[in-house]
Amino acid sequence: MQPLSGPKSMRTPLGRVRNLGASHTGTKDFWRQRVTAVAMILLIVPMVVVMMILLGRNQAGAAQILGSPPIAIIMLLFVVASIWHMKIGMQVIIEDYVHDEKTKLASIMANNFFSVTLALAAAYAIFKLSSGV
Amino acid sequence: MVKFALPRNSKVTGGKTWPKPEGATETREFKVYRWNPDDDNNPSVDTFYVDVNECGPRVLDGLIWIKDHIDPTLTFRRSCREGVCGSCAMNINGQNTLACTKSMHDIAADAVKINPLPHQPVVKDLVPDLTNFYAQYASIEPWLKTTTPTPQKEWRQSREEREKLDGLYECILCACCSTSCPSYWWNSDRFLGPAALLQAARWVSDSRDEATGERLDYLEDPFRLYRCHTILNCTKACPKNLNPSEAIAMLKLKLVERQV
Repeated sequence: MQPLSGPKSMRTPLGRVRNLGASHTGTKDFWRQRVTAVAMILLIVPMVVVMMILLGRNQAGAAQILGSPPIAIIMLLFVVASIWHMKIGMQVIIEDYVHDEKTKLASIMANNFFSVTLALAAAYAIFKLSSGV
Repeated sequence: MVKFALPRNSKVTGGKTWPKPEGATETREFKVYRWNPDDDNNPSVDTFYVDVNECGPRVLDGLIWIKDHIDPTLTFRRSCREGVCGSCAMNINGQNTLACTKSMHDIAADAVKINPLPHQPVVKDLVPDLTNFYAQYASIEPWLKTTTPTPQKEWRQSREEREKLDGLYECILCACCSTSCPSYWWNSDRFLGPAALLQAARWVSDSRDEATGERLDYLEDPFRLYRCHTILNCTKACPKNLNPSEAIAMLKLKLVERQV
């Protein structure tokens, strides 16, 4: 679209719409967002149960519960599904609302760093507690 | 970034109240967006009183009555006056629709409030600049594409295959859907919008077309297609009762189908 302010482009409307062409991406993220959503629906009940069991226990008690492999795996699966979902969702929001190219790239990079750091920190905490180190 | 306020020169200020028509026993108040590119004034909202006993029941009848009897400079597009051409699409009391099929008696509010289609540059009064919208339509190449030599008679299609075009071919490109879509407001330079995508779905669904894959290739992009977040304003707005949202969901499913 012709910018409402700034220098006018002489490019044709069709040229502007075609622009740099299709990136042929987006479907994987679309699909993963649905896969992680379904995964979270399946995991939310066991996750809430585990959280309720953990309520009011000290670190030794928590370590004992998380020492059970099925419980630790449920926690890890939930962390992976929810943070992956969050990362894709946040990227969609950034793409929707941030139009300045440099700010957008920086925001998407920050989103990736934040999500990976959060996922690894959560996974590390679960491993540490469940292995009792 | 998203803009939370209108640019300074787009802010609506004041407006003229035109006198009530003499001798009218029953009138309806019309509040109409005005903007003239030939002066430096900001847009305004003029108030008109339409003699309802003198004109037809539809909003377009009211606008034509105003143009004929009160202010001939009032500018709007209209042609078929029966919901076929899509020219008179405008925002009426907050809803994008066709002025020619909307009855002014169905509007519960005191005044009939008319604005141009949202978030498009305005040419004058109720006429939006739809250049980008039409270019997006052209970009999906809305014609039959085949490699097989054209048959002697016609490209054949079964009854069932033809039925797949129902709910898609009826689109009149009035732009009510695209200009009601928040995603289109924020990203109309890259997001194709519900109308162009519904038309793309119409050609992807056409059993005679041999370029389905190429068409999907053109759409597979985080901005062109995946800016659709199923907000459903498009489906609510469509004056032809079509479902662009469903058509877009079909396109997404086809893209998933070819890679999962």
